[in-house]
Amino acid sequence: MSRIASCFEALAAQGRKALIPFVTAGDPQPSVTVPLMHAMVEAGADVIELGMPFSDPMADGPVIQLACERSLAAGTSLEKVLAMVAEFRQQDDRTPVVLMGYLNPVEAMGYETFAARAAEAGVDGVLLVDLPPEETELVGPLFRAQGLDQVFLLAPTTTEARMARIAEAGSGYLYYVSLKGVTGSATLNVEEVAAKVETIRKHARLPIGVGFGIKDAASARAISRVADGVVVGSALVQRIADHAGQPDEIPTQVAALLAEMRAAMDKSD
Amino acid sequence: MSERPDYAAFPDARGHFGAYGGRFVSETLMAALEELESVYLSLRNDPAFLAEFDRDLANYVGRPSPLYLAERWTRELGGAQIFLKREDLNHTGSHKVNNTIGQALLAKRMGKPRVIAETGAGQHGVATATVAARLGLQCQVYMGAEDVERQKLNVYRMKLLGAEVIPVTSGSATLKDAMNEAMRDWVTNVDNTFYIIGTVAGPHPYPMMVRDFHRVIGREARAQHLEQTGRLPDALVACVGGGSNAIGLFHPFLEDESVAFYGVEAGGDGVETGRHAAPLAAGRPGVLHGNRTYLMEDADGQIIETHSISAGLDYPGVGPEHAWLKDIGRANYVAVTDTETLAAFRELTLVEGIMPALESAHALAYARKLAPTLGKDQSIIVNLSGRGDKDIHTVAALDGMKV
Repeated sequence: MSRIASCFEALAAQGRKALIPFVTAGDPQPSVTVPLMHAMVEAGADVIELGMPFSDPMADGPVIQLACERSLAAGTSLEKVLAMVAEFRQQDDRTPVVLMGYLNPVEAMGYETFAARAAEAGVDGVLLVDLPPEETELVGPLFRAQGLDQVFLLAPTTTEARMARIAEAGSGYLYYVSLKGVTGSATLNVEEVAAKVETIRKHARLPIGVGFGIKDAASARAISRVADGVVVGSALVQRIADHAGQPDEIPTQVAALLAEMRAAMDKSD
Repeated sequence: MSERPDYAAFPDARGHFGAYGGRFVSETLMAALEELESVYLSLRNDPAFLAEFDRDLANYVGRPSPLYLAERWTRELGGAQIFLKREDLNHTGSHKVNNTIGQALLAKRMGKPRVIAETGAGQHGVATATVAARLGLQCQVYMGAEDVERQKLNVYRMKLLGAEVIPVTSGSATLKDAMNEAMRDWVTNVDNTFYIIGTVAGPHPYPMMVRDFHRVIGREARAQHLEQTGRLPDALVACVGGGSNAIGLFHPFLEDESVAFYGVEAGGDGVETGRHAAPLAAGRPGVLHGNRTYLMEDADGQIIETHSISAGLDYPGVGPEHAWLKDIGRANYVAVTDTETLAAFRELTLVEGIMPALESAHALAYARKLAPTLGKDQSIIVNLSGRGDKDIHTVAALDGMKV
């Protein structure tokens, strides 16, 4: 069983939900990322989504755009991101790592090379924002051959017919984008999300993570009541931005916010 | 090519031109693109829709645009006859309006009260603001902050037309960043907003749809050339940024194998310097803005900054159909430098009394090289895609003048 599948299974057995932080690798500089990953696990992260920086992050709001710019300016490349995961794995053999980003840097490395090297580094899953299931026939088999889960997005605009198709193509978990918009935008509507997640469950057996618009302990707790996983990105990345001048403090700062979310999610009703 | 492809079969049902094109967008936009595709496919052969489109092109845009034999310039160059397809004479001053008329009609049919657009030189922004004014649609135009500065005249035109121009400061603050921002707007406001993409790039069905709306250029040019000379031209020359005016001219000639195509990219300081905007000449395939195509990128797949004197060509990608036509060898893609472009701009103005847009001057600069290599009994059609009024500030600044 993949690390992602066993992670969600173990959580389900405990009646807990996955806390899934997203940070951009190499933000604000490459040396921060691995200590930050360990600190996030320590604070209660179950799965880590690690952003592969891209020059043109079309689906992201200003917070993650700037994170990409900081990371690229500090010399982060996809190759270095893979090296970070390999370094993380030296001390943590348990926490699943999902690489998230845009297709072009992966295409530039070559899909086969990327898949092999990602698996070798200890990556568990890949989420390519601009690769819908319709375009994945080149990439999907190569990922599967290396045991990499392919995580797909679902959106408020996704029709039921597409839900079934996406659930079929995906593995690991499904990522429901809670609102129409870019990362870090407006506040989410928990009731709408709950209704949508219920519809998705009719078409998918995979665990469902929900992201976009989760900013604090209260929203993390609310979403944990309706989904299997809570993805939090921009709120953490904003904390990184606020401390970009004191990179040594970043792991503690980010971990503090995550720990609040973890506690709120785990508190009984 | 040993065997001629069935050009009419491209793109395929999934929007692919060979290895290029497609629909590489985040999930939120998939439903909107599927809806747009189905509406467009239901209308593209609908006689009532086409009649409305043609009526607008005739009575609002002023089509057909003339095909003009540039006699004096032809004599000076001493080779093939040069015909200019006068898209600069269209309402709003460029070919861009053909497409915005078509897409605005779709927006109206789909009941979208708001349109957005990205723009580089401002020609597409002006053409969008124009049709929005006419149809009473709310209009916001994304424009790189650097382009807002170098195209002040068009920025003000858009404001007069009732559009809001939103300067984009992210990334390199040029056309590609304006497109990123327009995509972000669309993802957020997908229910009430129609995104009028200004070139033959982006996710399916845009490259096909925008091409179809611009095919009128080549259809007219082909008939006009036949009428004026009794034969087909030997070569077509058009500038290529995203490539909309070029595909509009080329496409109706695809099956005329004797007609050579030249797409002219922005060579900036020279392709060998790396400071240019010529992905077909010097880039490699990748995925950006919803489609697979040739891109200007570094070894890690990050998009790199482009350089061109012309804001409208300052883009790191190109329409996927051009990428395909390059690979199958049907079209040739070349680059000319800023310096060659300026020389052609001045020459056409002085010799023919026609001031071209700096974008179109790239095509002229290549035609200037090509014409003397052909015989006097041969002919070239150059797409004069836009007029140069908007560029007077840029040229004056190079002359050390402030106007």
